[in-house]
Amino acid sequence: MEPLERYRPIVDDFEAFLEACRRPLGNAVRVNTIKASVERATATLDEEGVEYDQAAWNPRVLRLETDSPGSTWASYHGFTHGQEEVSAVPPVVLDPEPGDRVWDACAAPGGKTTQLAALMDDRGTVVGNDSNLGRLSALRFNAERLGVTSIAVTNQDARNFSMKPLAFDEFDRSLVDAPCSCEGTIRKNPDALCDWSVGHVKSVSGIQKGILRRAVQATREGGSVVYSTCTFAPEENEAVVDYVLEEEDCRVVDADADLEYAPGLTEWDDEAYDSSLERAMRIYPHHNDTGGFFVAKLEVTA
Amino acid sequence: MSGDAGDGDLEENVGQRFDRLPATADERTVEGRVSRAETLEYFADRFGIPPETFDDHTFWEKGAGKIWIYAGESPTPVELEALGMTCLRTRQEHWKPTTDFVQRFGGHATDCVIDLTREQARRFVAGEDQDLEWDGDWGYLIAAHTVAGEREPLGVGLYLHGELRSLVPKGRRRDLAGRT
Repeated sequence: MEPLERYRPIVDDFEAFLEACRRPLGNAVRVNTIKASVERATATLDEEGVEYDQAAWNPRVLRLETDSPGSTWASYHGFTHGQEEVSAVPPVVLDPEPGDRVWDACAAPGGKTTQLAALMDDRGTVVGNDSNLGRLSALRFNAERLGVTSIAVTNQDARNFSMKPLAFDEFDRSLVDAPCSCEGTIRKNPDALCDWSVGHVKSVSGIQKGILRRAVQATREGGSVVYSTCTFAPEENEAVVDYVLEEEDCRVVDADADLEYAPGLTEWDDEAYDSSLERAMRIYPHHNDTGGFFVAKLEVTA
Repeated sequence: MSGDAGDGDLEENVGQRFDRLPATADERTVEGRVSRAETLEYFADRFGIPPETFDDHTFWEKGAGKIWIYAGESPTPVELEALGMTCLRTRQEHWKPTTDFVQRFGGHATDCVIDLTREQARRFVAGEDQDLEWDGDWGYLIAAHTVAGEREPLGVGLYLHGELRSLVPKGRRRDLAGRT
């Protein structure tokens, strides 16, 4: 927990935050509406005696009372998909519509990609990209299991993603769920902070800036880009968005979801960030008893 | 099947490339490639799945006889990792749908669907073969059971000589023992 001490000045009720970080996380699943309605999925769980609670902010997210959420009929049929509750937030904020052309720049293993496809009723085009070929096989496995037919899978470095294999030259919406230092996953993975260093945070932020820039460039004017990480480090969050606001034509808009969160930061250490970063979401583990996440929504301007 | 230099119309199936299926056999330029019409006819004839089920989908071949179903936009040919989901194996004596396709679209089927009890379904998804009565056609079937009051496809089975073989791929099998 030592690396988290640096956030004492910015986290409201820091002791509650630390206490939440020490508690292991329960099992959450998302209902895959490509295969089943929420009613059908929950009826299936009821029938097999698996108890659950629906998340207050999203009825499609269920907290399961079982140690093996993959060993249910609902899971076998692809009615449900194991996905950390808070990681279901970025696709909801991006809010794609059926028929859209959507880019998921860092897609593997596909929890958010398949959620985007489900939000689009599996109509339109979701380009699921990842630079790591091995992780792409997990994405493909999950997409097929969940019955997604609207996905095209590409294997490129997102920082210089080429539209050449596609039938169009810009996206309506893009999601950058960036590789990060993963501080917010400490409840799921107690080793998450073992390799933490300021050097790693700084080096990964360079990659994040490159990917977010490309996402803004690849999205049409008036389109939306959501930037998310599962970490608290301002260097990987507000600083990345602040940099891209300077370099590309875009602005921060409200990233709203019906759960508790803190606003994005406008200063950290000796840095000041654009005041619009207040519109971003900082989701801390003690807010909703979840993992931690950062979510910012951008609108592409002229 | 080889790309004969003397015949410009005869193209090869390129391993890493997705090619959209021709609408009909008459428009075919790659030997052995099935057409969209033949694909829809197979799903209708074998399983009773209405062709209009796929009005919003296109079909593609990548890899010899591996057919993919896709709802999005794409040029053809195109080189990428995946386009939609794999749905059918052709270029073998009996065509074979995939487990994932059957789970997604098998609910539209009226023929060659074998309804299993919960216990038989458990054995099927664990990958076990089982002796069962079936008075329909032999060959590839859709195995289904009832979940929350409705029929739900489990995957593809092969029925021969009084035995239903489970063709659920290893990575999709589950041990659901203990689940009602």
